[in-house]
Amino acid sequence: MKEVKLFLGPQHPGMHGNYSVHMYVDGDMINKARPTPGFLHRGFEKVMERRLWMGNLALIPRICVVEPDINEMVYAMGIEALSGIEVPERAHWIRMMVLELGRLAIHMMGLGGIGGPTGMYTATYWGIAQRDLILDLFEKLTGARIYHMYIVPGGVRKDLPENFLEDVLKVVDDLEKKLPEFEQLILKHPIIHARIKDNIMLPAEVVWELGVTGIGMRSATGVQNDLRKVKPYARYDQVEFDVPTGTYSDGLSRMNIKYAEMFQSIRIIRQIIEKMPKSGPVRAKMSTGSALRWTVPAGMVYTAVESSRGEYGYFIVSDGGEYPYRIAVRGASFAQGLLGIEKYLPGHRIDDASLWMDTMGVCSPEIDR
Amino acid sequence: MDNKIKSMFSPIRAWKYLMRTPVTIAKKDIFVNPREASERYRGFHQNDMTKCIGCGTCSEICPTAAINLVPVEGIVHEDGKLDERPAFDYGRCSFCGLCVDICTSDSLNMSKEYLHLSIDADSFYFMPDSSGIHKTSAKVGYTRDEISELLDLVRQEMQHEDESRRSSFIEIVKGYAALDAKNEAARCVACGICTNTCPANMHIPEYIRAVFDEDLKEGIRQIYKTNPLANVCGRICTHKCETVCAIGHRGEPVAIRWLKRYIVDNADATDYNDAAQESVTAPVNGKVAVVGSGPAGLSCAYYLRTLGYEVVVFESQALPGGVIRYGGPQYRLPEESVLKDIGVIENAGVTFKCSTKVGVDITLDELRDSFDAVFLGTGFSLSRPLKIPGYDHEDVQYAIPFLAQTRDYIREIGPMPDVAEKVTVIGGGNVAFDVARTLIRLQEIKYGKSFVQMASLEDSEHLPADLEELEEGLEEGLHGYFAYGPMAVKVEDGKIKGLEVKKVLSIFDEEGRFNPSYDEHDVKLLESSQVYMAIGQMPEYAYFNDEMRDELLTKRGQIAVTDGGQVESYPWLFAGGDIVRGPDIINGVATGHDSAKAIDNYLQSKK
Repeated sequence: MKEVKLFLGPQHPGMHGNYSVHMYVDGDMINKARPTPGFLHRGFEKVMERRLWMGNLALIPRICVVEPDINEMVYAMGIEALSGIEVPERAHWIRMMVLELGRLAIHMMGLGGIGGPTGMYTATYWGIAQRDLILDLFEKLTGARIYHMYIVPGGVRKDLPENFLEDVLKVVDDLEKKLPEFEQLILKHPIIHARIKDNIMLPAEVVWELGVTGIGMRSATGVQNDLRKVKPYARYDQVEFDVPTGTYSDGLSRMNIKYAEMFQSIRIIRQIIEKMPKSGPVRAKMSTGSALRWTVPAGMVYTAVESSRGEYGYFIVSDGGEYPYRIAVRGASFAQGLLGIEKYLPGHRIDDASLWMDTMGVCSPEIDR
Repeated sequence: MDNKIKSMFSPIRAWKYLMRTPVTIAKKDIFVNPREASERYRGFHQNDMTKCIGCGTCSEICPTAAINLVPVEGIVHEDGKLDERPAFDYGRCSFCGLCVDICTSDSLNMSKEYLHLSIDADSFYFMPDSSGIHKTSAKVGYTRDEISELLDLVRQEMQHEDESRRSSFIEIVKGYAALDAKNEAARCVACGICTNTCPANMHIPEYIRAVFDEDLKEGIRQIYKTNPLANVCGRICTHKCETVCAIGHRGEPVAIRWLKRYIVDNADATDYNDAAQESVTAPVNGKVAVVGSGPAGLSCAYYLRTLGYEVVVFESQALPGGVIRYGGPQYRLPEESVLKDIGVIENAGVTFKCSTKVGVDITLDELRDSFDAVFLGTGFSLSRPLKIPGYDHEDVQYAIPFLAQTRDYIREIGPMPDVAEKVTVIGGGNVAFDVARTLIRLQEIKYGKSFVQMASLEDSEHLPADLEELEEGLEEGLHGYFAYGPMAVKVEDGKIKGLEVKKVLSIFDEEGRFNPSYDEHDVKLLESSQVYMAIGQMPEYAYFNDEMRDELLTKRGQIAVTDGGQVESYPWLFAGGDIVRGPDIINGVATGHDSAKAIDNYLQSKK
């Protein structure tokens, strides 16, 4: 039988960003898969070394376009750890709210996104529309819909605008009410169901082998490994939420966990609104002088947060100067998005490939970085 | 079975969505009725051109290098502003808004505009004014607030001697500690407006950067490129640089003068000398005479030495330094600082001939014959008298001789000036305050108490003196009579009884001429047995013959010169400092340096 080489991406409705998988297929069976990153490679890590500590704020959200806030958060946490800055209490809560709104936004996109590879575009349109309501909130809060540049070293960039918490409540209430529709439309949809149920497996041994974190790990191993629980940052130790897990990781179970997590995020946001200090400072100064000469004491630190795809971390090295000496990004989807595709995508069928990407949680810029 | 019934009716369920409001915007509305962006929206930029100072800080912080400072057609240069304004390239801009957060002059904002469609790519590169990209009155979106502020608007505090200082001549300002200096240096945005404004065009951002980098040797190197009197200027410069400092628009200007002082006070002695002598070469080119060893003369002499000339400085007093040796009081300018500056210039190989008065001990013609060029920096060495009744009494004293005598007393080479228990000072400038505050100290030393009154035409808000002089003077117990004009020195039985003053209503008449008017009902006698006049200084031109005096002197008593201080009709003659530009030390340093370059040009072209 003749082997054919097919390109999935970089332009493809089922592809996540500018990323490509070269598939060597026999009929519609994938024999060999070669993930090809680099289309988004702007040398984020290297470029960061040539930018002021504050200037990087414009760059880092771009490492994960759809979930930018995690970048700002780990970056800020790293600098704060090195500088020994005490973040004001209110800022912790605002940050947590931004992160959970961000999680809702990306999960919404993830749920809707499955419509692409399954040909069910209604799901995508609905998901994106619902996500846009969250982006409206971000626009009000930060002045931008996608690249917020809002969580800054020392706190947040501005205090909440007037009546913002009411707006947030309105959006999450509405979302909570509509989520069952999404369940009906996507998770219980016979076609989607048929495509991802008992398919695209991620067994526990693969999790341990590749170092998959996040939903992939939790859905396969039953381990409640969520950094918000096991290594709380911001004020996650002061809010109650559950970490949904499973022991059978097929595409559907991972989507179900994603769905369940959204309710937990809504639960967290409600607690934040209730518990956060009603007033107070929201930003501590990162360093002395003007931002052109802000420095971070020499040292190195690794900070991580729980992204929608798993552990997302920055390893930051400072030599005490105005520029980072080195920053290395631990992209959460490196394990499943690069190693996983190479080793475990073969054996699937061509039309499963983009479902594989979708349900595993792959974000190409964080692989490229 | 249930499932089958469900699926049979499920299409009906979809009808309910007909009733929902759509979340999408109709295409026609995008242009006709666009959705208004949020209050904080980071849209296209708006720049208030009347506020913008062209400092370029926006361009510096821009992480995407999207902002260029470009020349503007028809812009009139204003002091304290640069002539370029920011232009934005939206092919690069990432709309982060850091430029807004750091804008020093509060001119830059972002608007709510988010739509710009054009087939002309060049239209995405433009220089915004307050009307934004579409030249409409777009609503303001993202603005800076205290939380998003990226500048440091508050100065590092400077330690001062407490009030007990008034019984001694100890230096009041204590100087920055290393960390304070570094923190202060971190406030600088290195825009260079200060350099443009400084008469000597000192490399201010560069030496502030050196403080920030903890490289004081580099700091000395940068300072000596334009100013060899750094110890003096680090203490008593009129700091025009700070007046125009970009940070000063919204906060307190960077303490440029104190940072310069920090460098010269704290640099390692060897580094200091190495850096200051780096550009000094062995004498090869020619011989230049410098008349007067004040700031202008010293500056000219040092830079002539760096250019390879042999320099001899003629000084009428016993010690070199002029106004910095005999004028400024010790509590602001200690002797060690002066010695350090002059020491560097001596080490550079400049010869000083003190107690040699040109015009008396040696004539200008003799200088012309034995040197290739002559530089005059004789300064304003005489006090201007105020000819009111009683001004010729022997107990009416003058600022310049009094301050000189005090310096000699503190140097322990002269007697203590004869200071009365109650005195009055006439004047409101820095020199008047120097006299008054020196008097307070001498009285404290002599009598254990002080009583000094000051009468000035200007009220306390319009005093020509620096604000800190007024504040510190009052702190030290000075009695100020501001907006009181001196009328007469009242003399009884051959002794001064006091100074009669009248309340000033206005200083200038309707045509703007100096013509004070007084309130005849508000007359006071400021009791005192001595009166000190500190209303101004004037030059002495004993070395000019009549012909030269007629030819060279302008109405205001200054010498008319061309660029670089050259005297047109006597090309070998150059002048600088007070006699060219009026009294200010930094003007002296600047004109001295300019003349050194001009003398070099002149001598090179003669060859």
